[in-house]
Amino acid sequence: MVHGTNVYGILRAPRAASTEALVLSVPCSPGTHNNQAVGLMLALAAYFREQIYWAKDIIFLVTEHDLLGTEAWLEAYHDINLTEVQSSGTPGRAGAIQAAIALELSSDVVTSFDVAVEGLNGQLPNLDLLNLFHAFCQKNGLLCTIQGKLPRSDWESLPGYAHSLQTLALMVLAQASGRPRGDHGLFLRYRVQALTLRGINSFRQSKHGMAAVGRTLEGMFRKLNNLLERLHQSYFFYLLPSLSRFVSIGLYMPAFGFLLLVLVLKISFDSSFQPSSRSSNPPADPYHPSATSISPQEARPGLLVLVPPVLICEAAGLALYLLPVLGQQVATQHFPVSEAEAVVLTIIAIYVAGMALPHNTHRVLPGAGAARGWLALKLVALVALALVLMALALLNFSLGFLLAATMVPAAAAVQPNGPKVLLAAVLVLATPAVTLLLGIFLERELLEVPAGVGEGWQLFLAALGEGLLQHHLYGSCLYPLLALGVYPLWLLLWNVLFWK
Amino acid sequence: MAAPLVLVVLVAVTVRAALYRSSLAAFISERVEVSSPLNAWKRVVEGLALLDLGVSPYSGAVFHETPLIIYLFHFLIEYAEMVFMVTDVLTAVALYLAIQDFNKVVFKKQKLLIELDKYAPDVAELIQTPMEMHYIPLKVALFYLLNPYTVMSCVAKCTCAINNTVIAFFILATIKGSAFLSAVFLALATYQSLYPLTLFAPALLYLLQRQFIPVKLKSKSFWLYTMQYAALYLCSLVVIICLSFFLLNSWDFIPSVYGFILSVPDLTPNIGLFWYFFAEMFEHFSLFFVCVFQINAFFYTIPLAIKLKEHPVFFLFVQIAIISIFKSYPTVGDVALYMAFLPLWSHLYRFLRNVFIPSCVLIVCSILFPVLWHLWIYAGSANSNFYYAITLTFNIGQIQLISDYFYAFLRREYYLSHGLHLTRQDGTEAMLVLK
Repeated sequence: MVHGTNVYGILRAPRAASTEALVLSVPCSPGTHNNQAVGLMLALAAYFREQIYWAKDIIFLVTEHDLLGTEAWLEAYHDINLTEVQSSGTPGRAGAIQAAIALELSSDVVTSFDVAVEGLNGQLPNLDLLNLFHAFCQKNGLLCTIQGKLPRSDWESLPGYAHSLQTLALMVLAQASGRPRGDHGLFLRYRVQALTLRGINSFRQSKHGMAAVGRTLEGMFRKLNNLLERLHQSYFFYLLPSLSRFVSIGLYMPAFGFLLLVLVLKISFDSSFQPSSRSSNPPADPYHPSATSISPQEARPGLLVLVPPVLICEAAGLALYLLPVLGQQVATQHFPVSEAEAVVLTIIAIYVAGMALPHNTHRVLPGAGAARGWLALKLVALVALALVLMALALLNFSLGFLLAATMVPAAAAVQPNGPKVLLAAVLVLATPAVTLLLGIFLERELLEVPAGVGEGWQLFLAALGEGLLQHHLYGSCLYPLLALGVYPLWLLLWNVLFWK
Repeated sequence: MAAPLVLVVLVAVTVRAALYRSSLAAFISERVEVSSPLNAWKRVVEGLALLDLGVSPYSGAVFHETPLIIYLFHFLIEYAEMVFMVTDVLTAVALYLAIQDFNKVVFKKQKLLIELDKYAPDVAELIQTPMEMHYIPLKVALFYLLNPYTVMSCVAKCTCAINNTVIAFFILATIKGSAFLSAVFLALATYQSLYPLTLFAPALLYLLQRQFIPVKLKSKSFWLYTMQYAALYLCSLVVIICLSFFLLNSWDFIPSVYGFILSVPDLTPNIGLFWYFFAEMFEHFSLFFVCVFQINAFFYTIPLAIKLKEHPVFFLFVQIAIISIFKSYPTVGDVALYMAFLPLWSHLYRFLRNVFIPSCVLIVCSILFPVLWHLWIYAGSANSNFYYAITLTFNIGQIQLISDYFYAFLRREYYLSHGLHLTRQDGTEAMLVLK
């Protein structure tokens, strides 16, 4: 059980009706991670109190335990219960929150500001908020970075392209993981546009003191104060290769559409090649004159053959979702492992056990030994995969794209008749767990802190546990989507590969 | 055949009971695709609360159910979940018995036409045999009970399940040939939601066929029977409406129920076509367009009656489908009713031009409905246009499916009487196209 306290104060606008508010949030955790921000916030509060131009109330929020405290405060403020965090009510409110800025500062001079945009489940703030901050920083001579990478001015040259591509790839990986990159990520769920600003102190000539930082933040808040409506005019779906350029949804969705087109073409070619494997009608041809001798009993296994493999794969997915948490107590009592290790080891055990399940469950039913039965199963798996990927791309594009890019080629190519070892290797490379592992290594490479094999494996285990934890703490959808949506389909394809 | 039906019923009841106890029940009952302002359970509860307070349930524009439904739930409110499970089972059993009888009728008619040499010589493969028709009633019951749409509608306790039951009993009574019961159930169905009025025509044509009365405008027996059936229907409708008046002692329910269905004042998004149009229309034109949309819902009966007068049960199927696409507040429970009939037309499969695309469109749209609702209402990144695009696509998919079946049916009838290998006048092979 974790207990915490949040502290917040509301600066009431002198001549307004307290219907709208802005939030300056400072996560306060033990250690040096954020030990300057509270001081700056108090200085800003004292300064703001003397001004008369505020039209919206300003809430200064200090949270404990990072994201947990922010989630508790948001739930108490909006008076709802989305997660299992319980909070006592908020005695003071200031109306609807229009925008929020989360601040993280660990030293009293900064050389640059790092902006984080990715929120929970890949939700992004309105692009206007980011552009606002970037333009203001440029006007004040403050350096802004994104994903920790310094901006380059030669963006048309080849190294410039590579740099933009690295930044873009980092954003895709961050958005796909569904983890909020800062406290702002939890505000987005309540339709509050929010950003996280991190002050970075690195070895550069031009350092800015707290006065410059304070002026920037004051300017930012004045701009937000002057807004007449919520930020909604600009894009909500974008990818950022650098702070001054973006890729809109109209440009990146067709790429995903082409990946899905591969699946759709494969589905239509396979289904037209085998018309009797249509799943909504009995496949036996009853119109042939000798059909009267075929009993109707044979017409039905066409659909029923598919039911045992699908049920077993779905059951494996359900086990992967439910058992790690349910079995946590049992595991810690009987094995000498800590709770986190128990959960992660259970996840890996169920994942690998699913691959070893029997592959000829369809032989239980009579008359189902058809050599072409695997084609129907593959069609079902491909249709379901296309549906899941499409729904996923609308909600969290990066996750949908990553899963499509890794799983679509393997899914289209799998068949029991080809080179089994090669296809098995390709399918194992396409599995979501391996995608996660490779993603972790790629992210460390792009951040220019390459990780060794052992370190990468530890990070992978930590990511598994954290995914499950975030699902139960904040309602992050990555773990249930992978366990219940993508893993059973991958198991179906594994079944198709080993069809006898 | 009773044992497989009992097994299917048990599985269906288990699935529904499991879902009632899970946390999905609250989520499903809030979905706009499953419950509309006409048939949501929250509104029934609201109406019952108002009735308990002694106020007319129709004061305040929340409650739009008929008085008979209020009184039904007034006595059965403790067992609401059981009531909905029982109505689903009754619908499935009624459809099962109706299709069993209908298969016998079809087979007899086929035999008669073969003996009268009305079929072309080379159409042996198109004739339906009893062996392949044996499992169709079970498949119809299965399609209705285990359809995800029906399950969701039952878990959300949406009263269109009761409407489906009444229509299923009406179909059973019609196929058994009892004009009186058929008129009574049709009156009940019309009384609850106005659109089953259009099912009068297919029922009349079926009963005329059963009595061997030919459909000729000059024939006296035709008019006599029509008048009898219409009188039965109208009298039962009048009796039910007067009974409702005496139950609540006011005529309030007529504008609240029928006025609401016809004038569409509530524009909550649903899977129908009305809400978006009227949300962005100027007041000046709304009366005109309401009339146009409602006439559209009722109009297709006339041409279909002319074309399909020899095949009234297929006409009934197409009419139910048209009601569920063009009515003012459709829900997935209405869609589930006509989908239950699809196994009955499985012999048309070889004539369907494309069954893959409309079924994919329907499945994709069903998945995208909640995704785009979330993006519009909760995330704020989309807007109503996205949701209406999916609504439009869903309805287009349904229309494609129905017109495909219609065309396949007509093609089969043509081949039956003109032979499978059509030749033109000069002996070359001809192909049948729809003009």
